[in-house]
Amino acid sequence: MTSRKVEVLVGLFVALAIAASLMLALNVASQGTVGQGDTYTLYAKFDNIGGLKERSSVKVGGVVIGRVEKIALDPKDFTPVVTLNISTAYDQFPETSSASILTSGLLGEQYVGFQPGFTIDDIENLADGDYIADTKSALVLEDLIGQFLFSKGSD
Amino acid sequence: MKNLIEIDSLTFKRGSRVIYDNISLHIPEGKTTAIMGPSGIGKTTLLKLIGGQLRPDSGDIQFRGESIPGMSRKRLFHVRRQMSMLFQSGALFTDISVFDNIAYPLREHSNLSEDLIKTIVLLKLQAVGLRGAVNLMPSELSGGMARRAALARAIALDPELILYDEPFAGQDPISMGVLVKLIKELNNALNLTSVVVTHDVNEVMSIADHVYILAEKKIIGSGTPEQIKQSDSALVQQFLRGEADGPVPFHYPAKSLEQEFLGVS
Amino acid sequence: MDWLAKLGQSTLERFAAIGRATGMLLGALLAAPQIKNISLTIKQIYVVGVQSLSIIIVSGLFIGMVMALQGYTILVDYGAEGSLGPMVALSILRELGPVVTALLFAGRAGSALTAEIGLMKATEQLSSLEMMAVDPLRRVVAPRLWAGLISMPMLTLIFSAVGILGGHLVGVEWLGVDVGSYWSIMQSTVEWNEDVMNGVIKSVFFAFVITWIAIFKGYDSVPTSEGISAATTQTVVYSSLAVLGLDFVLTAIMFGIE
Repeated sequence: MTSRKVEVLVGLFVALAIAASLMLALNVASQGTVGQGDTYTLYAKFDNIGGLKERSSVKVGGVVIGRVEKIALDPKDFTPVVTLNISTAYDQFPETSSASILTSGLLGEQYVGFQPGFTIDDIENLADGDYIADTKSALVLEDLIGQFLFSKGSD
Repeated sequence: MKNLIEIDSLTFKRGSRVIYDNISLHIPEGKTTAIMGPSGIGKTTLLKLIGGQLRPDSGDIQFRGESIPGMSRKRLFHVRRQMSMLFQSGALFTDISVFDNIAYPLREHSNLSEDLIKTIVLLKLQAVGLRGAVNLMPSELSGGMARRAALARAIALDPELILYDEPFAGQDPISMGVLVKLIKELNNALNLTSVVVTHDVNEVMSIADHVYILAEKKIIGSGTPEQIKQSDSALVQQFLRGEADGPVPFHYPAKSLEQEFLGVS
Repeated sequence: MDWLAKLGQSTLERFAAIGRATGMLLGALLAAPQIKNISLTIKQIYVVGVQSLSIIIVSGLFIGMVMALQGYTILVDYGAEGSLGPMVALSILRELGPVVTALLFAGRAGSALTAEIGLMKATEQLSSLEMMAVDPLRRVVAPRLWAGLISMPMLTLIFSAVGILGGHLVGVEWLGVDVGSYWSIMQSTVEWNEDVMNGVIKSVFFAFVITWIAIFKGYDSVPTSEGISAATTQTVVYSSLAVLGLDFVLTAIMFGIE
């Protein structure tokens, strides 16, 4: 009783809805790798990660080079360990590089700012699975105010 | 002579308005029974009562000795397969073609193959003279054709009883003649029991075996067409002859003219 | 005393209507699903879903564009225009997508459903089904109910996707927000379960309410031209109000303070 045209159009409708949900899944609510290409993993330990979230971006001078894959607490020393997925296109960072947690704009998202270190002959590049030694924690406003008051008080 | 339907001291009210006040009538099997009366007295209601779509306030309606108001919904649906109703508007499903309309009851209630269904549909359409219109949509049919197509649908399952609701209303003389012929032929050929509700006196008098005239909540006359014509009831005679004034007054109940215009009481 | 009696009577009538509506719903949902009815349901998906598609796409596009324009002018003052992406995406996915789709659906498909069923009643098609020993709840009501429940979430997804693309069009192509930050900050903010699925769940509830009201209003209408036009108006008014009220309740449950 259903005509061919109706069937085809309903099929198209369903296909369109699937396309829409795919677009929402992949482009809007993506599980988020930056490039489609391969990535390698770096770890960074911070004293305090502030408002950093999974899937926050990792930037060098404003250029996104990777994403935060996972945030966990080291079970031994109870410091946060952030797992970073960095695009293999950028695999020439020296071991002296540093990572810090920064905020974009006044109200913006927090992200990992990556600062490549100096390249000297006997310094190797960071490889998959390495820890970044030099990290700076997120600025927590309450701590800053506390430090300020404390230093005032000790004067 | 066996009665297919017996209506026993039926009373039906709509809200506080009484439609039927304690009427009794019977419909003999294999015959054509006409129920006539002025418009607005609820003739269609009577058909809906017989079909079990409405329930009487008191009294009983029996189909083959089984009380229709007393049936469970399941049993009622089963009994309805033996009856069908031709609605005033035809009531074809407007979203499917003539073919699918007539195939509809077959597909619902039988497990026949599509080939067989096609044959039956074409035969039924042949009977009403619309085999050529099989692929049209209901909106493409004229009023008379729609009613004939609906008749084909009504006889699709070979029912024992057909209820005709105003089959002649709003038809041109040719369509009317066609419908009269069809009702008569179907009744004879299939040995159906027919109930025709109408106010078209001449048409129905020519096909009915038995006539009931309803007015003012009561049955005011019954008998064969000949007996009805001889009736000495003034109301029956007014109805048959179509007189403007009589027991059913020309004027809607109102204050007298003197009261209205001169204010005398 | 007279108005009191009237009040009592109209209250009773309300309750009776709710009772009839519930009976109709149960009858339609419990009606044994049949293979024959699947093709009827597909046809109804065409009527309520496919035929609503153009209005949904056009509205989604414009609402996304307006959201981007409005959002940009607000955010740019704080230097936070990079957050345009999440702002557009979240407001569309969580609120505007389900709600506007539901309101459009009520106006486009709900009113048509009421009018169609009302006309079927007026032209005795429903009675005729009854007399054919076919339950109209199964033949007429159930396929439309299912079609509404299936179509609305799909329309909502399409609306949201088109809306976010519309935001891209205005925000990125016209106002010059960085394409990377529009999409990547959106990606890092929007959660699939939290935002996308909650919107879809909302739309299922809305579909249920709208279709129910629309079908019941048609089914219960007075079968005259005045009766059907009144029923159609009531469908749009009642279902729009129901959607907005229900939206508040659902939002409170989904995103409210735990």
